[in-house]
Amino acid sequence: MATKDIPAKDIQAKGTSAQDALEARERDLTELIRVAVPERSIRADLRAVSIVWRRELIRFRTDRLRAITSLVQPVLFLFVLGTGLSRLASHGLPAGVDFKTFIYPGVLAMSVLFTSIFSAASIVWDREFGFLREMLVAPVRRWAIVVGKCLGGATVATFQGIIFLALAGVAHVPYSPTLLLTLVGELLLLAFTLTAFGVMMAARIKQIQAFMALTQLLVLPLFFLSGALYPLNGLPAWLTVLTRIDPLTYIVDPMRHAVFAHLSVSPLAVKALSPGVTWDGWLVPLGLSVAMVGAIGLVMLAIAIAEFRKTE
Amino acid sequence: MTPAISVSQLTKKYGEIDAVRGIDFEVAPGETFGFLGPNGAGKSTTIKILCTLADPTSGTARVAGHDVVRERDTVRRNIGLVFQDTTLDSYLTGEQNLRFHADLYGVPKAAFAPRLRQVLEMVGLWDRRGGVVATYSGGMKRRLEIARGLLHAPRVLFLDEPTVGLDPQTRVSIWEYVNELKKREDITIFLTTHYMDEAEHCDRIAIIDHGKIVAIDTPEALKASIGKDRVQISTADDQAAMRSLAEVFGIEAAMHEGLVTFSVESGEHFVPRLFAEMPIAIRSVSVSRPSLDDVFMSYTGKTIRDAEATVGDRNRMIATRFGRR
Repeated sequence: MATKDIPAKDIQAKGTSAQDALEARERDLTELIRVAVPERSIRADLRAVSIVWRRELIRFRTDRLRAITSLVQPVLFLFVLGTGLSRLASHGLPAGVDFKTFIYPGVLAMSVLFTSIFSAASIVWDREFGFLREMLVAPVRRWAIVVGKCLGGATVATFQGIIFLALAGVAHVPYSPTLLLTLVGELLLLAFTLTAFGVMMAARIKQIQAFMALTQLLVLPLFFLSGALYPLNGLPAWLTVLTRIDPLTYIVDPMRHAVFAHLSVSPLAVKALSPGVTWDGWLVPLGLSVAMVGAIGLVMLAIAIAEFRKTE
Repeated sequence: MTPAISVSQLTKKYGEIDAVRGIDFEVAPGETFGFLGPNGAGKSTTIKILCTLADPTSGTARVAGHDVVRERDTVRRNIGLVFQDTTLDSYLTGEQNLRFHADLYGVPKAAFAPRLRQVLEMVGLWDRRGGVVATYSGGMKRRLEIARGLLHAPRVLFLDEPTVGLDPQTRVSIWEYVNELKKREDITIFLTTHYMDEAEHCDRIAIIDHGKIVAIDTPEALKASIGKDRVQISTADDQAAMRSLAEVFGIEAAMHEGLVTFSVESGEHFVPRLFAEMPIAIRSVSVSRPSLDDVFMSYTGKTIRDAEATVGDRNRMIATRFGRR
């Protein structure tokens, strides 16, 4: 059993005779703290999930610079692009709706987009700096490590989204508790799916440069095709198809729906600006949209776990 | 008693390359066992297999009584690992790194605090536990990794090149800590090194070269097996000295490092005779006991540095073949 007090070195040193020294040594050995590492169990795996998760949070807390820099891009989009384009866009917008309000849900999704994928990049860093090895040799199931990492990345990214959510008032989006809760829930789901995607990539891509290059290649198309900056109806056929393929579309739409449900604008304006996603004329229910994003996340998580299970 | 490690007919192939070609050995509980060889001789591959990080191509290995392939998690619970390259999170503090490890290995919560203190005091880092690892020196990081490897009280501790990349003073201090832990913990240590002088700390050593074990015994027995002391003399006329060594004593000498060099059974008894019977003036004389370097030389036919040069070429070949998967 564990003993609370370990004999400090100076106490042992007081032994004057050889006999005392020997006894001190004996005592030292017997008081060696026995640590019986338990058999593997679901509780042990959950403990591993929790510590991998918490590590992401600790690192986020100590890295304030990252929190600030990843806010720069969405703030630019909302205020600079949003303000600049609002004069042009105002002709197409119903009276009383600011362009910033229209793009706010999409830019909110964007604030999570970068952080999620960069959190996943930390796996690549961990591999480069060797820490991944410490995790992979532990007597826990690999899913625990991967799930912990995804939850950690998702939490950090959602925090980032929440900071941006604080700016809602500037875009004339009301601070209604139900709206905020809905948006946070949707952000969490989005962040989880994106982190799972990033972790899946990180299982394969071992160099940080390659990972970053691929991220750059993917992030902007995902954002531009998601309908974050324009309504999804009345587009040319090719763009309609591309927007329907982009998974981000299926979370931006419910988020915009939630925002417009809390605005006092005419139903006609809502219909024009938040028409919902249609597949060949069929309106995709919001529940299905959200479920699809979750399902994609789970599939990617499963692939990531399978990848990390392989041994040399 | 079950051996701490037992390896039988172990092989590992990476594509066409045989990294390990059928090795057998056993390590007794409580033993400190050294695995010696040049870089690329198969040391790291063997240690990876023993730590369950790689599967063997054929053969079996048991660690702490469990099969490394079939009982992977049981093996993992019973081993501590200190890798060649650091595996710490440098953004976390020393204590946070150890807490992370404790949670991953399921160290009981009540045992964590006292055990943390015990292992950190053992490596002299208790006072620095709150410091971020990025601020630690190379030696401190290595000591922290040793403490972490011991945290869950493993039965076998693997140290892969524990002192590589450290300055000589730090190397000495790491060995002081390792010797201390041998006394205090009830543990088997398996270590690899390519520093021959460090192998002296081991109870037994195995020399591995080109994926095969070429010698295995205690350092003393290995040195005794090649027997002779090495004598180096500097004389007024080295060529004449070599001739008269052959004529008078029947000893074959050669020039090494600019000195007349030869081996004799017992150097300290031979030197007085040398002075009495040698017709040529001797300026200086040195006698050295065989070192493990000599042992390596006699078993592999080259010094460990020569071996590294050729193995280096082989590694480059492996790197070009497998580097960009």
